[in-house]
Amino acid sequence: MPTKLIIDCSTGVQTEVELTAEEIAQREADAAAFAVEQAEREAEAAAKAAAKASAESKLAALGLTADEIAALSK
Amino acid sequence: MANTYILIEAKTLTTTTASITFSSIPGTYTDLLLKISSRNNDIYNEIHFRFNGNTGSNYSGRNVKGTGSAVSSASSTSLSSMQDVTVQSKSDQTASTFGNIELYIPNYTSSNYKSMSSDSVQENNATAVETMLGAGLWAQTSAITSIEAFPSVGSFVQHSTFYLYGISNS
Repeated sequence: MPTKLIIDCSTGVQTEVELTAEEIAQREADAAAFAVEQAEREAEAAAKAAAKASAESKLAALGLTADEIAALSK
Repeated sequence: MANTYILIEAKTLTTTTASITFSSIPGTYTDLLLKISSRNNDIYNEIHFRFNGNTGSNYSGRNVKGTGSAVSSASSTSLSSMQDVTVQSKSDQTASTFGNIELYIPNYTSSNYKSMSSDSVQENNATAVETMLGAGLWAQTSAITSIEAFPSVGSFVQHSTFYLYGISNS
């Protein structure tokens, strides 16, 4: 069973307790939300990378050199 | 400008722990500084933060991150915990390495929304390692009296350390 640590700053007392069912459910909800956000972010990054590669390919087809293409993004 | 750092509480974990909470934080300082050396027992790099046990959609974060070969930025809003502000070491990185994290919370007792800043870096004996500068907002007006830190997935490993400082400007 996962545990949490609570440090009471007014007394210095440190208490280690098992997570309640409600807290475990909250953690699972947090993890699920995080996974969704991560997936969305990775998809967005992949789409951006694909668009960049496509644009660079089209610029190269127009005759721009690699240095000229790189200069456009600086 | 802050001129005092008072250690409020410190903890080195003696066992794997899902979350750590500093509760009953005194309101007698100007700012708070949380310094962490930590590692996740899972493959995810983020630490999430929650204030006063608030699980409402009141948190937002943004960051700029460097990996050694690329730079990226990200942001998030309306989350139930503060995310996207820190990175820590994780289970697929060099054994027994720990990330270094600082979270600075100015004016934590004010009646305005609470903004904060962070910087963090992983430790890893490899080319790929992340460093992050972050900024977060807790859209609540209550004074911060407790801070919970927990990995996005997984738990903090043994020997992770947590130091909470109170900072006064007078």
